[in-house]
Amino acid sequence: MPTPEAHPASSSDPAAAAPAAAQAVGVSIENLSKQFGTFEVLKNVTFAVEPEEIFVLMGPSGSGKSVLLKHIVGLELPTSGCVTVDGRDAAAEDTREHVRMALVFQSGALFNSLSVFDNLALYPREHRVANAAGIREKVMRALQILSLENAAQKFPSELSGGMKKRVAIARALVMEPQLMLYDEPTSELDPVMSATISEIIATLKDEYHVTSLVVSHDRELALNIAHRVGILMGGSLVVVGTPSELKASKDPRVAEFLNPKIDLKNPRFKKLET
Amino acid sequence: MNQLIKILEGIGSTLQLLVRSASYLPSLPRQFGRFVEQCYLIGYTTLPIVAILSFFIGSVLALQAGYSMQNFGAKQLIGALVGLSMARELGPVMVAILLAGRVGSAIAAELASMKVYQEIDALVTMNIPPARMLVMPRLVAVLVMVPVLAIIANLVGWFGGAIICSSTSFIGIEPTTYFATMRQNMEFKDVLNGLIKAEIFGFFVVLVCCNIGLNTRGGPREIGAAVTRAVVVSLILILVLDYFVTKALM
Repeated sequence: MPTPEAHPASSSDPAAAAPAAAQAVGVSIENLSKQFGTFEVLKNVTFAVEPEEIFVLMGPSGSGKSVLLKHIVGLELPTSGCVTVDGRDAAAEDTREHVRMALVFQSGALFNSLSVFDNLALYPREHRVANAAGIREKVMRALQILSLENAAQKFPSELSGGMKKRVAIARALVMEPQLMLYDEPTSELDPVMSATISEIIATLKDEYHVTSLVVSHDRELALNIAHRVGILMGGSLVVVGTPSELKASKDPRVAEFLNPKIDLKNPRFKKLET
Repeated sequence: MNQLIKILEGIGSTLQLLVRSASYLPSLPRQFGRFVEQCYLIGYTTLPIVAILSFFIGSVLALQAGYSMQNFGAKQLIGALVGLSMARELGPVMVAILLAGRVGSAIAAELASMKVYQEIDALVTMNIPPARMLVMPRLVAVLVMVPVLAIIANLVGWFGGAIICSSTSFIGIEPTTYFATMRQNMEFKDVLNGLIKAEIFGFFVVLVCCNIGLNTRGGPREIGAAVTRAVVVSLILILVLDYFVTKALM
């Protein structure tokens, strides 16, 4: 199990509240290709995420990161190649019955007609993981970890962007997942809220021993909490390494992606025009 | 050709949804709350409009029949005409059309917006099959509530006809005569056939609207398009099924 190079996440106190740790699972992606019509979104992508690892997948917009996440949870089927979670085919319906996976959607994907409490309680109610009192306890614990106790009775439309993200994470947490997938968890958030979400992701990994795969543009998040980082460009994985390996990378694409310089005298869009 | 492929895909996905929803039938007790909620939405909230429209359809039918038949001395048969027309045809078709417009459009809008805003994807990742939570309770609810609505539509339509017959000067048929003619010329089978038709129409309206909602892709504009498509397809389906079911029940 790799050790994080930097770990700013502060463990507030939820250790006592954490449930019995589920067995974390690994993810393996082999020669994954995906085509929509004639457009090839993913091209022979191969990498693996170890159990309990925090793997951050970065890349420019439209490089196929979110599509890749959807393959892991079985929402998209590969054109070729395969994705396995804990050794099971991710596309098979019964995989979700054996492996608890939670995806934190970029938009939150909260159920708009349900209150925050009912959003969180839906999974345990549907799967009957506890009685009403037990479910209430689980939900309130998750809300407490994410500092959302006062939002329990609110509806998603009454929440700010940052609160929606935290509710989405809390909803995933109630599932006590073995694999947590985050799709742009810090997009559209201010720097402090982004740092808070990064801390939450790292803390949850410590408390719940889950495997985390984070899709993000956020360089601070990637370099501070990831065990390994992969960069996807144009549907291909161009590099995978630890944050320090990435910082030291001589690949000009990686260097530019991680440290883009704003050049007002010779702007990029003018280069593209010519 | 593309249009034909789309229609075949639609039929295929609707049948798949039907099979998947039927496979979750044993979990109905766990979805009892949603089933009751759907019974309320499909039955109770549709009831007032069904009653109002049935009353006026029965009334107009009696009025037109009285006006046309007075020259042939066949006014006495108005009770039978209204009774049979409401029970065998107008009651079931009107209930189905109201379901398509009122319930089907709401179902399509709700499921389409859930799909567009990734709520359906969220359910799938939570291992909660949308067919189990969102479709099966609606299908069972419509099967339970449609016969109730159709019976009420028939009764209100018959009474509407009776009131018009007794209160219109050029018809002038007392309710006792009106209902006696109805009883003489109708069998239980006529009412039963109408209920079977209503059941089939209502079931397919809800199934088709669920399927269209769940297969919506795109943004807010597609939600509106899905609702329109759901209502149009439902209306066409009702009239096409009407011919075949009527023929089969003869």
